[in-house]
Formats: sequence, structure tokens, C-alpha cells
Amino acid sequence: MGKLKYALFTGCTAKQSTPEQMMSTMAVADKLGIELVELTEASCCGASHLQDYDDFLSLVLNARNIAYAEKHGLTMVTICNTCQLNTAMTKHRLDNNADLKARVNEKLEEVGLVYAGTSKITHFLYAIIDDFGLDKIKEMVVTPLSQFNIAPFYGCHNIRPSELQNETHDTPENPYNPTSLDDLIIACGGNTVDYDEKNKCCGFHAELQAPKVAAALTGNAIAGAMDGNADWMVTPCPLCHLKLDTQTHHASVAIGREVSLPVLHMQQMIGLALGCPPETLGMKHHVTKVDFV
Amino acid sequence: MSTNAITTQKVNFKVFRFNADKDYLPYYEDYSMDVTSEEVVLDILNRIKWDHDGSFSYRRSCRHGICGTCAIKVNGRSTLACKESMTEMIKVFGNELTIEPLSKKRAVKDMIIDKADFWEKHEQVTPFLDAEIDETPTSENLVTPAEANALDEADLCIQCGACHYACPVVELSDDFMGPAAFAAAYRFEADVRDGNESRLTDVNQMGSGVWDCVKCFECAEACPKEINPIEKIGKLHNMLFQSGQADSNVATRHAVGFEKSIKRVGVLDEGGLVLYSELAGIVKHMPVAIKMFSKGKIVPPWGITKSDNLDEIQKLVKSSSTAKF
Repeated sequence: MGKLKYALFTGCTAKQSTPEQMMSTMAVADKLGIELVELTEASCCGASHLQDYDDFLSLVLNARNIAYAEKHGLTMVTICNTCQLNTAMTKHRLDNNADLKARVNEKLEEVGLVYAGTSKITHFLYAIIDDFGLDKIKEMVVTPLSQFNIAPFYGCHNIRPSELQNETHDTPENPYNPTSLDDLIIACGGNTVDYDEKNKCCGFHAELQAPKVAAALTGNAIAGAMDGNADWMVTPCPLCHLKLDTQTHHASVAIGREVSLPVLHMQQMIGLALGCPPETLGMKHHVTKVDFV
Repeated sequence: MSTNAITTQKVNFKVFRFNADKDYLPYYEDYSMDVTSEEVVLDILNRIKWDHDGSFSYRRSCRHGICGTCAIKVNGRSTLACKESMTEMIKVFGNELTIEPLSKKRAVKDMIIDKADFWEKHEQVTPFLDAEIDETPTSENLVTPAEANALDEADLCIQCGACHYACPVVELSDDFMGPAAFAAAYRFEADVRDGNESRLTDVNQMGSGVWDCVKCFECAEACPKEINPIEKIGKLHNMLFQSGQADSNVATRHAVGFEKSIKRVGVLDEGGLVLYSELAGIVKHMPVAIKMFSKGKIVPPWGITKSDNLDEIQKLVKSSSTAKF
């Protein structure tokens, strides 16, 4: 296998509220020998909210981001479930609607770009599983996480809508019974926790307009993991991470029970197992203390 | 004729049982059966009733996936019992299956639920064509294929409730209308023949309005007719902006705030977005914000890394915008 190389769409969160995610992504990519070319020209994906306001504009902006990956001739890798959803959704819609694609390209021409549809778009989790291989991860583990019960929290936008998601990666994932993150935990030597909320919503996208509902969803997720005897949670989505890591007070109030668990980004978990020094994984940026490192 | 041989395998069922007239709490009954590859979930419900316990209750009618009566949950997945093949269920979940009603908290007897909340919400969106009909037309009222396509298959809804009871917001909030009611509202709003002038405003103002969707896509996954209700919710949002009926509230400003931020810096200015969305309401976020700041999680406006080639983004925002607020 030659060296893996991807165009990295960081998304906005990794550069602002989850700096630890950016740090650990780079640390892990380095450890795995994966080359990431950052798409510094990329705009925000719209996070499903710009789409509510101006759907066409969101398509144009996401097509522009993909066009830059195409310019590099690389698969685009995302590190945020919501970036993955909105970028892959744009690709799906443009690739299946010649008229829409033409209308978007008419706009992109104004800035000398074109969307061709040649770049694949995949989340880092699936790039690792499909392209790098969990067996190789397993071989590289120097600190097996065998003393930990780890609760996977998948995040909606990596598993639903399944029809779209399964277009983008080779490993089929069932949204009612997802396995990718469990498989990654096992490859890192950890024990997976099975609980009802692992494939449920964290509430992030309604946090401002429906704070009580959003907080209850967060609370239920952490409570489910705690009841499953988890030592900590792990997620591939920085938005789920923000919710689970920083909103424990509101979550506890919403469900009438004190809930709190350390939550790691998927990249931090891999980094720990592969022996990356904890300081390169940004553990000090967590609001809920990561007390076991 | 299919050449596939019929296969049989042992499946253990854990079945939700509850009789509101006499049980204080629900319980689960175990049944072990040989299931053939040709059976659907409804066959299993029938066999529980006919072979094991005549008191077992569930709704069924057409057996052709069109009446929407037999929706239940298998291992948490909403499904039309008469349409869902057992082979598929076993493939997805293995040989241990849990059969439950669509909503455990609304259970009346076993699989039968009180669906009143669903119908009440459905009724509120004026779920019918509201039009002045000429009863003695002199020519046909033609609808073009493009106009018919605008419904985007929302007219295929069979009101089974699968999406409604898969929605986590419906589960937690009585005020939320739910994906099925919103999809029905869209179905008639998108119909060129419809002349109702208040439906869109009603949908925006009734209950908690149309903005509380958490964007989890559970409804898209649950719908046996593949109507994709969440897409219709998004279209209602678009319609509200396009028709100028989107009033300024935290949710609408949250959507518009993305465009403002992208225009300014290319990426999302997270703090700026919360401030623009919440206005004075930002105060309630301060305790969490202070904690986040102390952990290096908040970047001040002047510290945000702008997108390279920002001029391109700004040009595209200007030339491609289709909405106003």
C-alpha cells in the first residue's frame, strides 16, 4: 500500500471550539503515515442551518469546497459528522441532477472553479477502516486500552440517512446497529459498551431553539453510557463532543440526575492506543476532565 | 418464480406485553420460533396470537403496506410489520429480536397504542387540498409533471406514525408537531392547486413551531414509504424565508447567521453566531462559555482564521443567494 493522502476539510469546530480535535487528527495522521493536505480555502459547510435559509447557496459553497479537493486529485476527508453529511449530500444531489449541477457550475465559473464530481468524500473514521485497515491499527497498538470500558457515540450525521452514508464508504453501516466505532475501539484494545443511546441524537442542532429537549438528549446519552458501566465515551463528531463534554450541567438538570463522563474524540483514542504523548492530543482542552491519562 | 430455497432458522423473540386495564407495568414475554425466509414481521405477530396467546393484541388490516395500521418497532427500528421481511430483520439484528409498540409510553394493549397525539397534530396542519373547485369545469385542470414532482413524494404518506414515534423531539416535547404533520403540511403547500393562505403561518406558530427539529434523520430512516420527512421540514424552512414569513427568532437568526459569518470570514465564527442568534439571551450561555474559554475553546473574533481566497466566497454569496431575511 502506497502512502495514503487526502484533502482534509477540517470544518470550523476543529479550528475553534475543539482545538484538541485538530491536534489529535494531525498527531494520529502522522503516526499512521497518512498525509493530509488541508483545504485552507474551504468555507463553512452550512451545518444544515444555512441549508434551511438558502439551500442553493449552500450547494454552491459546498461544491466549491469539493472543487478544491478535486483540484488536488484527492479524496476529501472530513473530521466532523455534520461536514460529512452536508458535503456528501451536496455531492449526491449534484451527481444525480445534471440540471442542478449545471446551475451550480455556472456560479463556480465566476470564480474560475468547476465541480466535476471526481473526488470521493469520506469521514476520517471510514478512511481509517476502508483504506488503512483496522488490522494494521491493531498491529500498531502499543498501549492497549484493555482496562477501559469505552462507550461509542456514533453521531447522527455519520450513520443517517443510511442510503447516502453507505454511498460514501465501503464498510456498510446499519444505522440501527452500527459497528464501525465499536470495531475501532476493539482494534485499540478497549472494551466496547453496548447501550441504547449509542446511535441516538445528542441534541446539538436544536440547542439554541429547544434547549430543554437538547439537554435531555445529551443527558440520556451520558446516562446510558454510565449505566453501561463506561469509563469514558468516544465520538467521531466534534459537535457531539461539544454537547457531551461541555453541557453536562444542563443535561443533568434536564434529566434530574447527575451525569458526567470524560468524552474523547475518536482521534484521541487512537492516539492513546498508538502511544502518542497525551499533550499532543490536547486533553487539557476538555471541560469534563479527562482524569485517566 | 424465485429459485431461492426457503430456509428456516430459530429466532428468540422478546415481546412487549401490557394491558392498560389490568397491568401496573409492562413486561416482556419470550417466544422461540422457527422462522422461514419467506415470512414478514406480521406473520410472527399472527403466530404469537394464533399459536401461543390469543390475547396478544396488535393492529393489522391491508397486509399490502398501504393502510399504515401495523407499524411497530423491532429492536428499536420503526417498521411496517406487513412489509418488513424477517430475513432482513435477522440480517440486521441477529436471532434475538425485541418486538415493541411504536411508543411504549402510549401503549394501550401490547402493540396497540393510543395514536391520538399523532392525529391531533396531523389535523392542525390543514392536511387537505384547500381550493376553489369549479364543479362544472369546461376544460381539464392540468397539472404539469414538474408541478406534480414538486410534491417530492410527500403524497405517498400513509400516516403509519413510524416517523412520528421515531422522532426524539416528539418523544420529549408535547408541543412539537413531528415529522409526519410537517410532511403533510409540505405536501399541500407544494401543491399548485392549493390556495390556503394560513397553513404556512400556522405551521410556523403552532406548538413549538417548525424550528425545533434536531436534524437526527431518524424520520428519514423510519419512513417505510421513503418520503424523507426531514427534507420536507427543511423545505418548509426555505418556504418561510422565501415568502417573508420567517419572523426573527433565535432559530431563524441561527440559520441566517451562517450566511453572515461565511460572508465575513468564510468559516463560521462560532461565538459571533451565538451572539447574533441569541441577542440578549446570550447571557444564559455565559457560565458554559467561561468554562470553555478557560480551556482554550473560544476564539475571539479577531483570532479566527479566515478562509483563503475569501474574495471568491464573498463573490459567490453575492451572486448565488436566493433568500432574504
